[in-house]
Amino acid sequence: MTTDTPLLSLRGINKSFGPVHVLRDVDLDVRAGRVTALVGDNGAGKSTLIKGVAGIYPFDSGQVMFEGAPVSIGGPKQANALGIEVVYQDLALCDNLDVVHNMFLGREMKSGVTLDETAMEKRAGETLKGLSVRTLKSLRQQVSSLSGGQRQTVAIARAVLWNSKLVILDEPTAALGVAQTEQVLALVRRLADNGLGVILISHNMNDVAAVADDIACLYLGRMAAQVEASTVDNRQVVELITTGRSGDLGLQPEVAAAGGVA
Amino acid sequence: MSALQQPTDVDVPAAGDTAGIGQAMRDYWARVRGGDIGSLPAVLGLIALVILFSVLEGSTFLSIFNFANLINQSAAIIVLAMGLIFVLLLGEIDLSAGYAAGTAAAVLAVTLTNWGWSWPLALAAALVTGMVIGFVIGLLVARLGIPSFVVTLAMFLALQGLMLLIIGEGGTIPIRDDAILVIMNGNMPVWLGWLLALVIVAGFALSTFLAIRRRRKAGLPAEAMSVWLVKVLALAVLIGVATYLLNQERQLPNAKIVIQGVPWVVPVILVLLVGLTFILQRTGFGRHVYAVGGNREAARRSGINVKGLMITCFIFCSTLAAVAGVLLASRDNSVSPTTGGAQTLLFAVGAAVIGGTSLFGGRGKIRDAVIGGLVIAVIANGLPLITQQSGIQFVVTGLVLLVAASVDAISRRKAAASGA
Ligand SMILES: Nc1ncnc2c1ncn2[C@@H]1O[C@H](COP(=O)(O)OP(=O)(O)OP(=O)(O)O)[C@@H](O)[C@H]1O
Ligand SMILES: [Mg+2]
Repeated sequence: MTTDTPLLSLRGINKSFGPVHVLRDVDLDVRAGRVTALVGDNGAGKSTLIKGVAGIYPFDSGQVMFEGAPVSIGGPKQANALGIEVVYQDLALCDNLDVVHNMFLGREMKSGVTLDETAMEKRAGETLKGLSVRTLKSLRQQVSSLSGGQRQTVAIARAVLWNSKLVILDEPTAALGVAQTEQVLALVRRLADNGLGVILISHNMNDVAAVADDIACLYLGRMAAQVEASTVDNRQVVELITTGRSGDLGLQPEVAAAGGVA
Repeated sequence: MSALQQPTDVDVPAAGDTAGIGQAMRDYWARVRGGDIGSLPAVLGLIALVILFSVLEGSTFLSIFNFANLINQSAAIIVLAMGLIFVLLLGEIDLSAGYAAGTAAAVLAVTLTNWGWSWPLALAAALVTGMVIGFVIGLLVARLGIPSFVVTLAMFLALQGLMLLIIGEGGTIPIRDDAILVIMNGNMPVWLGWLLALVIVAGFALSTFLAIRRRRKAGLPAEAMSVWLVKVLALAVLIGVATYLLNQERQLPNAKIVIQGVPWVVPVILVLLVGLTFILQRTGFGRHVYAVGGNREAARRSGINVKGLMITCFIFCSTLAAVAGVLLASRDNSVSPTTGGAQTLLFAVGAAVIGGTSLFGGRGKIRDAVIGGLVIAVIANGLPLITQQSGIQFVVTGLVLLVAASVDAISRRKAAASGA
């Protein structure tokens, strides 16, 4: 399934929040049909990077290429139109709306001016069934009444509801139990096997080892290394995460050290 | 995350129907316990107040004239509260809505009486005044990011001044146009009142029936027909009794004229109730209003134009305030610098909150304005029959608002605790 042109390719991405320079010259390639694990310590800039791709805020500089063509993603709608779906770390659900409303938020199905509730409820139900989610009592339950794991499933279901090309999951298993983590990882694998590009952000090395084809490691806002998962072992990944380098891999010593000061 | 397991131990079948009235009641009770109490306290409160005043001052309070009077007293507050619900749903507030009503009323009076405009033009001018006020408030809140509390507090003062300037030195401008006066002072013919009642009940029955059939066809769980029937019958009885009472002959206490019929303001409020409910519950815009009130950042990430939506909601609020201003002008037969002032705004906010709209945003329905407005009117109407001290009336109304706000806060905590 892999082709030569990456599905998503970032070059020289920079992003600052006021005086805080969060992303420095970040490069990243995500290929269709593969799971790219994006790892890095707390505050390394992982969420910032994917929020830029999702159109939540613009990058300060750098190039974003999607399917080989340069694109500028000016907002969430544009990202969706390209086929990019994101499961955010904080899930971004509206507590006061029910499951169906949340899954279609911003992209409601309509007949005329009115919302087509039956069509939406049917499709939401099918998608959740496809994810083998059986714990929800009713699709009309308010999200505020769901458990942490159930919320996470709803957020994931929202991302796979659409015919997307790239699915980004920011720590999707953080609140899940053993069985549900297993399910989500299987889903991640399935998405990639169906030809989608997947970015999986995770702090859990077991998850990464289980599903990742590529591993990209951010260290203090710099891309320390992007390597094939099969070429590195667990210890090397942990070293990359904590020090920015591991043997020949990673940032030059002086760069890694300088990053620590800035 | 303290995951208190959700209290909804009801088993909604995956496909098929909810099983009958008993199940529907249990579902409802489960939602109430989960913090989704809606208008329940207000309805119970309304019933309790009516019983209380009937026991204490039965003959006067229950007189048919008083019932019509209740509608007259609450109409403007209800419409004002309907507008406020749009901004309360966002988690914002509009303290200037009362004087927006007053300013619009002043524009109506000046164009109608002083400049001799025809009533449709004057009415349009009043409504446009409301729209402009709402647009300005919306711009300042959404674009500049000033808290709505501050913006509308400033507008509260500014509009009060603007009203004085519009009305001029004269003080009070009379309204003599029949079309405007009839809204709050005229009644529908008896037959038309009954026709209206029939249309409401039939419309409700038909639309809910079609919705149930649509869900059945799609293989989704739908309300049982027995539940539907009970709801339709309950509405029919309620509307039937109200129409019957209003169609009785009633006499103004100080005049010898005998009048009967449903006041014209009732269809006005009904049209607003149905139309605005449709906008909030059935359209994409309405859904997004709730989303922004529930989680603004999530709404933004879903590609919703949050700023544009906020401006629209403030325009709704001030425009409905203008409608309320027209009702006030019609009721008082005149516009003065106090129109829309005093407790008007606080009563309207109180009506929305008492009716079940949350001050924290994201929860509330247009019907809350009607229920809450009636509670406020019943208090304002019943208490003077018992005590002449207006101090007591203020204290009681204030306490009722506090109780409503507490119920709001507690149910919000419950909803949060029952989730993740
Ligand atoms: N909106 C913002 N304004 C200012 N600073 C921000 C903002 N968002 C993120 N940052 C800063 O950017 C840095 C990277 O944050 P980011 O959320 O991308 O980290 P992360 O890699 O996702 O970490 P975690 O694993 O904890 O989720 C942090 O130092 C954070 O304080
Ligand atoms: Mg993060």
